[in-house]
Amino acid sequence: MAEPMRIRATMAGDVADVKVLMNHPMETGLRKDAKTGQLVPAHFIQEVTATVNGATVLAADLGTGVSKNPYLGFKVKGPKKGDKVVVNWADNKGDKNTAEAIIG
Amino acid sequence: MNALRRNVLKSAAGAGAVAVAVAAGLLKPTQAMAAWDKDAFEARNVGDAMKGLGISGPADSKDITIKAPDIAENGAVVPVEVTSGIAGTSSIAIIAEKNGTPLVGNFNLSGGTQGFISTRIKMGQTSLVRAVVKAGGKSYTAAKEVKVTIGGCGG
Repeated sequence: MAEPMRIRATMAGDVADVKVLMNHPMETGLRKDAKTGQLVPAHFIQEVTATVNGATVLAADLGTGVSKNPYLGFKVKGPKKGDKVVVNWADNKGDKNTAEAIIG
Repeated sequence: MNALRRNVLKSAAGAGAVAVAVAAGLLKPTQAMAAWDKDAFEARNVGDAMKGLGISGPADSKDITIKAPDIAENGAVVPVEVTSGIAGTSSIAIIAEKNGTPLVGNFNLSGGTQGFISTRIKMGQTSLVRAVVKAGGKSYTAAKEVKVTIGGCGG
C-alpha cells in the first residue's frame, strides 16, 4: 500500500533545510465516491516524526485538513553535511512508511 | 501435568480477554500505536481545538509570520508557511478556522529545529488561517485571512 516518499535535505549556512513529500490520499471521511455515492472512509496520516542522526527533531500530529500527498518542510540548526535524516509516518489504518536522506 | 494444564487454561483466558477488549473498542489499534490527540483533531470549533492542545488565551504576536496566498483558487491545496521568531518555540499548530474540524496539524519541534513549518492544507471556505505557537510555557498566536474560491473539503 504505502508508496515511496521523497525526501531532500540540503544545508543552507548552518541550517539544514528538509523537504518531504509523502504519497497518501488523505481522505477526510466526508467525501463521496462519484460512482457509488458511498462515503469514502477516512484514511489520513496521523503522525510524522523526523530524526537527525537518531535524535528527534520533529514530532507532528496531522489531521484530515492536510492536503493529499502531504508536503512538509522544516529547518534544523546544527547538523552537518553527511548527517542522516529519517522521516517516518503512520496513518489511521496502521500503514507506515519511512524514508531517509543524507544531508547534502 | 496438572500444573501445565492450569497454565494453558490461564493463557487461553488471558488472550480471550484481550480479544474481547479490542472488540468492545476499549483498545483501538491506533491507541496502542501512539497518542494522537483525538480530542483536539475532532474538535468542531477553534476553542475546543485549542483546549485539546492545552492552550488557553494565546497572546497575539507580531513575531509569528504566516505566508499563505491572499486568494486560493483551489481550497484542496493551500500552501502555508509559518515562521516563529519567538525564542524557544517548541510547537506550532496550524488551524483553518472555518473548516469542519479546524485543527490541521500540530508540529512539535525539538533538537535544533527552527520555528518554521511549511506545508499544504485543505480549506473548505474563506477563513482565517491561524498559527498557535508554544514557547517557554506560554502560547502566542497570529492569523491571516485566505479567500477560497473553490472549497477543498469534498465540495
